[in-house]
Amino acid sequence: MHGRTDIGAHALIGDGRSAALVAADGSIDWLCWPRFDSPALFARLLDAERGGRWTIAPTEPAVVRRHYLESSNVLVTSFRTATGRVSLTDLMAVVDDRERPQPMLPEHLLVRRLRGEVGEVEVEVVFEPRPEFGRAAFRMRDAGVLGVRIELGAQLATLRSHVPVQIRDDGSATAVVRVRAGEVVDFCLSWDGSAPGVLVEPGAAIDAIVERTNAFWRGWARGVTYEGPWRSAVLRSALTVKLLEYAPSGAVIAAPTTSLPERIGGDLNWDYRYCWLRDAAFTTCALFGLGQADDAAAFCGWLLHATRETLPRVRVLYDVFGRAPVDERELPELAGHLGSRPVRIGNAAADQVQLDVYGETIDAIAQLAIHDGAIDRATRKLLRELGDFVCGNWRRPDQGIWEDRGPARHYTHSRVLCWAALDRLLDLHTRGLLDGIPVDRFAAHRACIRTEVETRAFDRRLGSYVDALDGHGVDASLLLMPWYRFHPWSHPRMRGTFELMRRRLEVAPGLWYRDERAARVREGAFGICSFWAAEFLAAGGGTLDEARAQFEATLRHGNDLGLFGEETDPVTGAALGNFPQAYTHVGLVNAALAIAERTRLESTRSREVPRAPTPAPVLAAEGR
Amino acid sequence: MNVGDWLLWGFGATVVLTTIMAASHALGLTRMSIPYMLGTMLTPDRDRAQPLGIAFHMANGWLFSLVYVAAFHSFTGPSWWPQWGTGAAVGLAHAAFVLLVAMPMLPGMHPRMASTTAGPRGGRRLEPPGFLALNYGMRTPVAIVLAHLAFGVILGACYRV
Repeated sequence: MHGRTDIGAHALIGDGRSAALVAADGSIDWLCWPRFDSPALFARLLDAERGGRWTIAPTEPAVVRRHYLESSNVLVTSFRTATGRVSLTDLMAVVDDRERPQPMLPEHLLVRRLRGEVGEVEVEVVFEPRPEFGRAAFRMRDAGVLGVRIELGAQLATLRSHVPVQIRDDGSATAVVRVRAGEVVDFCLSWDGSAPGVLVEPGAAIDAIVERTNAFWRGWARGVTYEGPWRSAVLRSALTVKLLEYAPSGAVIAAPTTSLPERIGGDLNWDYRYCWLRDAAFTTCALFGLGQADDAAAFCGWLLHATRETLPRVRVLYDVFGRAPVDERELPELAGHLGSRPVRIGNAAADQVQLDVYGETIDAIAQLAIHDGAIDRATRKLLRELGDFVCGNWRRPDQGIWEDRGPARHYTHSRVLCWAALDRLLDLHTRGLLDGIPVDRFAAHRACIRTEVETRAFDRRLGSYVDALDGHGVDASLLLMPWYRFHPWSHPRMRGTFELMRRRLEVAPGLWYRDERAARVREGAFGICSFWAAEFLAAGGGTLDEARAQFEATLRHGNDLGLFGEETDPVTGAALGNFPQAYTHVGLVNAALAIAERTRLESTRSREVPRAPTPAPVLAAEGR
Repeated sequence: MNVGDWLLWGFGATVVLTTIMAASHALGLTRMSIPYMLGTMLTPDRDRAQPLGIAFHMANGWLFSLVYVAAFHSFTGPSWWPQWGTGAAVGLAHAAFVLLVAMPMLPGMHPRMASTTAGPRGGRRLEPPGFLALNYGMRTPVAIVLAHLAFGVILGACYRV
């Protein structure tokens, strides 16, 4: 038996430094401590037998319903059995570090609170930690009132509850408890790695932790300014992206998991617990658009800090502290999700050449600069160096936005992003924010790139841009050309490109492949590409009704809690790939913001051409 | 104590240490910038933080050189043992203190630095340096050790007991 539960059947909880996935059956199937990219303590998603889990569920068959507490990342799962109903509240404790006095908490604390609602329900607890993906030898010890302790070198995990648990020889602990209406049973799992462990007493102390955590998320959600018809979907996306933000640095990871397959039974299994610069411009735009300027600034701060070590080159991805990820390697002892092997940790894409990241990085920094109205000296120097690098390297082939591991090609998207990089720098110069750049040189290279794209990346016979210079395929990333202001959204060439893409890439309503190769290898439909289509239509490439229809069709492919993976199986509708995916949620937010902006414009009967929802539009002087 | 030599070479050694760290930063060996980290204790303005941090760091260097001077006076060693050797040894101990004690402690003292247990409130904060300051790049400890070795060797070679 291999990984059992559907990828999309999970909910996400976290504390801004780590995250756990909770299945609808009450099982925590994924948890990495102390950091997102640390080895897993529970990895049942990748191996049902060896991965480890923590299940709290009725012993009898139950009807399950679940939801997040309003505007919060506190999960409540309700189990209704023949004898009664219990609810299980799952959360990871968070604290606002401006709060005084600071409560004394472990480095990480996962709380599971069982509450009897109706009648009486027998509940079984199975605690099966498997530190370091099951590779670490460990001993579980019952320390009485101090709880069940697992020591791993200097690190300590402690499970505490008022319910007696039985430790088994196989390294698991179990308990069976009957919960009557009105009764509350707490289970707390804490982790301490750098100081003596902090013991949290189940009971009254947990009340305060639940309330404080809930209040924190509600407070953060109040800052989300979107008020359109899909507020709950946008809010859930915003809270999910926030959960994937590493608080100590501001980095936003792509997803909290590794090796969840893009094709069940296949080998497209990658480690996404890192930060992709590719996502930078969209993430910054989404955070600003949501009204979360502090988070956008923190993310850009990380971006500036991370890229400093390798300048003028930048890597494709970094870890949460801006370092190269660990070397990619396989974990052959794990069976993989539904037999999808290998399980990989680390990511070899870090060493690829992807020229688009320069455009995305510069665009993100430009958004921050325009928001702040100033750029400090070190950042100005960084921007100049990046611009020089783009001028000297834009003619090179690369691996493209989708990190193709085959031979390098001259991808159209990469060229356009090099154009965007220079365009943003020139715009910053025009705004008086960036001095000392070789304006004529940057402008000349920008013009050369445009000429090359217009002559070699546009197929007159197809009436569409194509995926690579002199190529014949289409790629959903071409939808981003107007996003980066290479063309207006309503440009005839963009309309032609969109129509061809719709014919070739739309596999079902609201589901788009990222490119034609993805269809051939039976990959899933790519979540963000479907939202790009909605954003394209809303921002000026189509009508408002078309945009709404596209958006709503894509929205239906989220799970019961509104979470999206990287991809969706067009046949079964199941989520594929690492889960949940920040990129997809960022795409959802940007599409919703674009529709809101279009709605506003139409409702005020403006004659202006709608534009993308970037916080401060940066219009290119040329080619418009 | 030779006050003139302390003032002169304490300053000189601090200049060299600061230059080595700045060069390591500029060459991409580390993302650590001590002047920036010290300066942001006083102001969030990045441009103002840098010169303020340099002044702060120079004052620190002078102050710390007193410990080296005290070591030169209290330990002369055998006749073949050069004083710059004592300086190098103190420099190594100094680097170890910085990496193992001062850096991990910094998030607790720095008003604009996140800790590794920071809550998800958002906002611009400096990243915590972490164990051996490795969060600022894997070569950061090397740069710090080399800079402090140079600091100690210069003081040891030039200060006359």
